[in-house]
Amino acid sequence: MSVYEPVIGLEIHAELLTHSKMFCGCSAAYAQAPEPNTFICPVCTALPGAMPVVNEKAVEHAILVGLALNCTINEMNQFARKNYFYPDLPKGYQISQYDLPLASNGFLDIPDESGGGVQRIRVRRAHLEEDTAKLSHEGDHALVDYNRAGVPLLEIVSEPDMHSVESVLAYATRVRAILRYLGVNSGDMEKGVLRFEANVSVRPTGSSELRTRTEIKNLNSFRALTRATAYEIQRQTQLYENGGEVIQVTLGWDDLRGITVSQRSKEEAHDYRYFPEPDLPPLEISRTRVEELRTRLPELPEAKSLRFLQEFGLTVKEAALLTSEKSLADYFERTVALSKSPAKTINNWISGEFLRYVNDLGLDLDGLPVPPENLAELVDLATGKVINDNSAKAVLKEMFQTGQSPKQIVEAKNLAQVSDEGYLEGIVTRVLADNPKEVASYLAGKETVFQWMMGQVARLTKGKADPQVTRQLLLQGLEKARKS
Amino acid sequence: MDLYSLTLREAGELLAKKQVSSLELTSATLEHIHRTDASIRAFVTVSDETALAQARQADERRRRGEMVTPLTGIPFAVKDCISTKGVRTTCSSRILENYLPPYNATVIARLAEAGAVLIGKHNMDEFGMGSSCENSAFFNTHNPWDLERVPGGSSGGSAAAVAARMGTFALGEDTGGSIRMPAGFCNVTGLKTTYGRVSRYGLIALVSSFDSIGPMAQDAYDCASVLQVIAGKDPHDATSLSAPVPDYLKDITQPVKGFRVGIPKEYFQAGMEAGVESSIREAIRKLGELGMEIQEVSLPHTKYGLPVYYLILFAEASANLARFDGTRFGLSVSEGAENVIDLYLQTRREGFGAEVRRRIMLGAYVLSAGYYDAYYLKAQKVRTLLRQDFENAFEKVDVLVAPTCPTTAFKLGEKTADPLAMYLSDIYVVATNPAGVPALSVPCGFSNGMPVGMQLIGKHLSEDLLLRLGHAYQSVTDWHKMRPGMIQ
Repeated sequence: MSVYEPVIGLEIHAELLTHSKMFCGCSAAYAQAPEPNTFICPVCTALPGAMPVVNEKAVEHAILVGLALNCTINEMNQFARKNYFYPDLPKGYQISQYDLPLASNGFLDIPDESGGGVQRIRVRRAHLEEDTAKLSHEGDHALVDYNRAGVPLLEIVSEPDMHSVESVLAYATRVRAILRYLGVNSGDMEKGVLRFEANVSVRPTGSSELRTRTEIKNLNSFRALTRATAYEIQRQTQLYENGGEVIQVTLGWDDLRGITVSQRSKEEAHDYRYFPEPDLPPLEISRTRVEELRTRLPELPEAKSLRFLQEFGLTVKEAALLTSEKSLADYFERTVALSKSPAKTINNWISGEFLRYVNDLGLDLDGLPVPPENLAELVDLATGKVINDNSAKAVLKEMFQTGQSPKQIVEAKNLAQVSDEGYLEGIVTRVLADNPKEVASYLAGKETVFQWMMGQVARLTKGKADPQVTRQLLLQGLEKARKS
Repeated sequence: MDLYSLTLREAGELLAKKQVSSLELTSATLEHIHRTDASIRAFVTVSDETALAQARQADERRRRGEMVTPLTGIPFAVKDCISTKGVRTTCSSRILENYLPPYNATVIARLAEAGAVLIGKHNMDEFGMGSSCENSAFFNTHNPWDLERVPGGSSGGSAAAVAARMGTFALGEDTGGSIRMPAGFCNVTGLKTTYGRVSRYGLIALVSSFDSIGPMAQDAYDCASVLQVIAGKDPHDATSLSAPVPDYLKDITQPVKGFRVGIPKEYFQAGMEAGVESSIREAIRKLGELGMEIQEVSLPHTKYGLPVYYLILFAEASANLARFDGTRFGLSVSEGAENVIDLYLQTRREGFGAEVRRRIMLGAYVLSAGYYDAYYLKAQKVRTLLRQDFENAFEKVDVLVAPTCPTTAFKLGEKTADPLAMYLSDIYVVATNPAGVPALSVPCGFSNGMPVGMQLIGKHLSEDLLLRLGHAYQSVTDWHKMRPGMIQ
């Protein structure tokens, strides 16, 4: 066990999938904008006199996330101005929430480090705010694109309850899954719709103190998140081990060099001068509205995972993988329902070959060329021994390529497995007769030759021989040869 | 009679009877402005061309009988903090000197829809920060009653313009007396509306939680006609009130007998000019003659009005003015700038006047870590007490009556060196804004030849009552009809 234990809290900034921006009617789909500065208006470019109006859909999304994270949804909400100057912030302040956030005091149970149990990560708060504009630097100047300015953001702040990089990843992954289950965020990390900030400190293992922490900003991928956190844990541990002190700083992550870099110290920290946003009256969220929204919550990854354990006899790890995406879980359940084969077998197919093709081909689970009916049919063909496993894998590949049903492919390619003992016995006899040297070496104790003989049978049957029957017949034939 | 000096009601009748066209009325007003404004300087911008085009359109509407309202064809101008599409909107600041808004404020859109004719933009204290119009970055506006005196502020240009009959009515904006105080100084009628009654969308914010747009005109009746058009919920302003808009003219001529008038004793203490006090006392007697019941009331937290007002103003204004950074609109001083911070500093240093910079710095200070509780938060708590003062008073009376200002218009330059003395001229008008209540200033006499204003303060959304009382008072007095010598 290490002498030092990391203490990590996470802030997750999630863009909310709404049609319009947080405080104006402009389209929030900035990634689809034809040109920079086309999805803009007086409000999101902060022209004099323009005023914000709250996007109710964003509020609804935020309530759903708050509920999914087991938070209290606060009846009295207040937006606040967070004041600072930066070219990506047109008003000179960001409309955010401060002392009266939308959701607070929640938690999320995630698989613990052993993978067998769960650990509880407390969620301090989740609040609504607006995204900034996008800067691009060209030579000695910078250009500002306001298409993203004002897109709704939900900031989800955890307590410093994570003590390993694995937990950080598990928590972040689960939050992303929840956002996608709720349909409030695309989860598309490459587009920057989900961004992380990690607060990291380390302390002697067994201690409960909270030591000076550093804050790593703008981590835009799981990879950056885990690498930066791991790096920072190691950096701080080494500092302490060498008798040094950790200084409270805001850090950036240099992905290329794989190190954290200091951006500003505590003394240089902003005083954001928060105060209640006078352009927006307090936002009241009634109990009835919250309860109505609660009924609209879908089954979430945690509950689904638990059900998969009980209903299908899967392991925690298997269930976690299947429920990481709602579309995958749905696909699995539909296949199970359509198939006569055991759920466990279907899981093996899905988490193995199937996902490999999906990932290799970069496919979206919705609208796959392989609908659940076809996968169910394929698995049934394999479990019913109509085709052998090798053929089944080849058929699946064909299914992804052509979109044909497995039966069509099996028929067209004549792949149906040969289990006829009389036919296979003739083949086996021929193989044994044609290869006396191999038979002799097998009988002399070199058992690896057996696999070679299996291969010969498969070759002569074009891979269609039922491997189990073949094995049986080969063993019998060799036994006969030993006795003769 | 000169067309430009007609009241809105009179002009409306002539237009309705087609005895005069909007083009004639508008042209006469524009000519009068070009003759008169050289000495008063109420206008930052006079938009002759667009005004004449709108006047023609108004006449066309009337000819076709389409969408004709009491304001169709009436020329007006607004304080230069109200955004007018394609017409320069400066807040009398260098930083917006050449700013052309790409959109109309909601009040402008509503007036345009009603067919009113925009003739220009009025000078003001820069961003509304001032009580004399001397903080305009461009030039001083002079009081038409004495060109050596200030018109009051910050809607000084609007008050001076209406007083000199340069425009049938005006829209002012009142953050802490900015409509009423100059209305009192210039002998015009001005209404500070209930916070949220009139949309602020497109109004360049000074104090988002105080700012109220309201009409300024020759009398209460005209103010009612204008308010009718601009009042009401606006989907673009989340703080606008959804309460239904009454018909402000419906009961305006009804008797006022039996209404209870409260005289806040704290408003009649030291520092009031003798001629102001005697005018107010006389006006109160007049209200008694109209059958109103007069009694003394107390607003015990009055003395905290100014500090509460200014602390909240500093805080909100410092944030509201952050967007003026030289990157998207307005002045941009980039020469020699090595980075974006230089650009910000240079632009804001050159673009903002001394009073604006002073208030931004004070605002950043009162909001900063360690001071927030002592200043901003404390001010918000006392604000609640100010509001309760009014609520308590309105349990006893229907309306409060007080002088608009402790003195009449002072001389240009008299108070510029002493910001605190300047702040004190707003002592009777500031408390209404933190409380959000409406108040009407009406002319009620003269002291040493300069106009005196009386304000009627009502409970939330009592504009109809205030206008009715103001109209009743103006039906038995002639102060509001008095015109400065220079335009007689």
